[in-house]
Amino acid sequence: MTEPTDIGEDLVVTSRRRFLRDGGALVGGAVVAGGLTRSTASVAKESAGNLPPNVPEWMKTPGDPMGSQLYGTPSPFEKGVIKNIAKDLPQYLSASGRTPLQDLDGVITPNGLFYERHHAGVPTIDPAQHRLMLHGLVDRPLIFTMDDIRRFPSESHIYFLECSGNPNYKKPYGKTASDLVGLLSCAEWTGVSLKLVLQEAGLQAGAKWVVAEGADAAALTRSVPIEKCLDDAMLVYSQNGERLRPQQGYPLRLLLPGFEGNMSVKWLRRLRVASEPTYSREETSKYTDLMPDGSAREFTFYMEAKSIITRPSGGQRLSAPGFHEISGIAWSGHGKIRRVEVSVDDGKNWLEAQLQEPVLTRALTRFKLPWHWDGEPAVIQSRAIDETGYDQPTLAELLAVRGENYYYHNNAIWPWRIAAGGEVTNALA
Amino acid sequence: MPSRESCIAAFAAFAFVCATAAQAQSPYGIGRTATPAEIAGWNIDIERYGNNLPPGSGNVSHGREVFDQQCAACHGAKGEGGIGDQLVGGQGTLATPKPERTVGSYWPYAPTLFDYIRRAMPQNAPQSLSNDDVYAVSAYILSLNGLLPADAVLEARTLSKIKMPNRRMFVDDPRPDVKNPACMTGC
Repeated sequence: MTEPTDIGEDLVVTSRRRFLRDGGALVGGAVVAGGLTRSTASVAKESAGNLPPNVPEWMKTPGDPMGSQLYGTPSPFEKGVIKNIAKDLPQYLSASGRTPLQDLDGVITPNGLFYERHHAGVPTIDPAQHRLMLHGLVDRPLIFTMDDIRRFPSESHIYFLECSGNPNYKKPYGKTASDLVGLLSCAEWTGVSLKLVLQEAGLQAGAKWVVAEGADAAALTRSVPIEKCLDDAMLVYSQNGERLRPQQGYPLRLLLPGFEGNMSVKWLRRLRVASEPTYSREETSKYTDLMPDGSAREFTFYMEAKSIITRPSGGQRLSAPGFHEISGIAWSGHGKIRRVEVSVDDGKNWLEAQLQEPVLTRALTRFKLPWHWDGEPAVIQSRAIDETGYDQPTLAELLAVRGENYYYHNNAIWPWRIAAGGEVTNALA
Repeated sequence: MPSRESCIAAFAAFAFVCATAAQAQSPYGIGRTATPAEIAGWNIDIERYGNNLPPGSGNVSHGREVFDQQCAACHGAKGEGGIGDQLVGGQGTLATPKPERTVGSYWPYAPTLFDYIRRAMPQNAPQSLSNDDVYAVSAYILSLNGLLPADAVLEARTLSKIKMPNRRMFVDDPRPDVKNPACMTGC
């Protein structure tokens, strides 16, 4: 029998010829692979007889050969599952793009769909020329290469990351789960405990804060309390098994589990240990919460408990009355999700949802509730309770205390309205 | 090499115990010493009272020239905002339904202006302005907000002494601040 690799090489040649014969543009290997994928897709689209009792087209000819994609991409039939980026932003250098939460299952966000927030674009950093400087109130100011960082004992943890402004408190409210809370993702992060790195330099008396700075064109700067730095803070170089994507801070980022996303400084180049915060523009004029009386809360780090139903959710449609599993995600910056409650009758009665194991601290937790939809209009919603006993509030409860100019840390319950025809829309919009 | 990891672990534990001593050894011996020159080149943090502000100075009229060339395209001719943030005005609006958060109305510390402009502005060429130009354009923005006279010259000492109007309006995080009664039936 021929070696599998030989068969593969032969098929590559055949496929290249077929592709060229079909008239596709040939600009390097990647386009060849893409073209093959597209031609396979178009064959499927044109064939009407792929259903029983007929034999589907894709069983009558070999598929794409090994090596068609040297870095795998989703099926062409999933091309609509992409980041949700507003089309009317005033500019796209300081901007954000959302995870399509309603199209995802489980709790791990694929790296290509992880939400993004940049303050001056995405830098392209050569890891060989990247350095982390650690200075300030330390016994030994140090400089680390990326090789140095990877020599430290490593650890991996699953944590969510959420932008503080997710979403605003003001109308118009979004249509989909992604519109509302898509500045939220979850991944397995690998790196080194920040505590180990700080101990390498030796903390001096009076070390109360660590000021982190990114190597992007914003040189984004946030101050982190030393307690967090010595607890679960990480210096991260890998996400979901592979090196960080540039959009997520390649080659090195800070990761502060449960804290608002902008503090997990990406493209991390410098840590300055200090006795007080640096009071950067981001932590004074930007990521502060304006109260109705004109005062503003500063250093509001934690993302409080929150949940949302992702299926069925805004923009989707229930095909028919009958059984539908209600499924969603819950999370809390303060630890584990203890319970999620779901109402299918506009908040009159609440049922405890099933939590999908494992329930991890400061990670997304998926919840599920079996539901029989009777075809009548309904309003469904979820609320999360975390291990501190904190209960996710309604938008009305939040607005009554904070007002609509608060902007950040909106962890409201978001109900979905289901019409008699099955269409799902935002019940608060 | 059965004992290598355990030796490292024991050494790390020992070093950690000794970490309060000023001359403790690095637990892992990873990294190299950062020199004062390297730190000075990278440490561009200006703290709230102006610590680490560099030498140099700039006046309001030169700041206007720099602003017109480097800033006005995004922030508006008079700092009224555009693609970029509104920088001027808004004092007295923070407790109204339409608050305007600007340098003059919201920012608690004036040295932060120098810090941010130098590190991140102009957006197309950050860290390209001279320190004198950063002082000058900071002076211009502060003067547009009525916080400096039109003939002012700004340098480290004068920038540090400016009292921003909103400084005392920032409070600590009191959350959890909102309570859901967690009704389960007949709500």
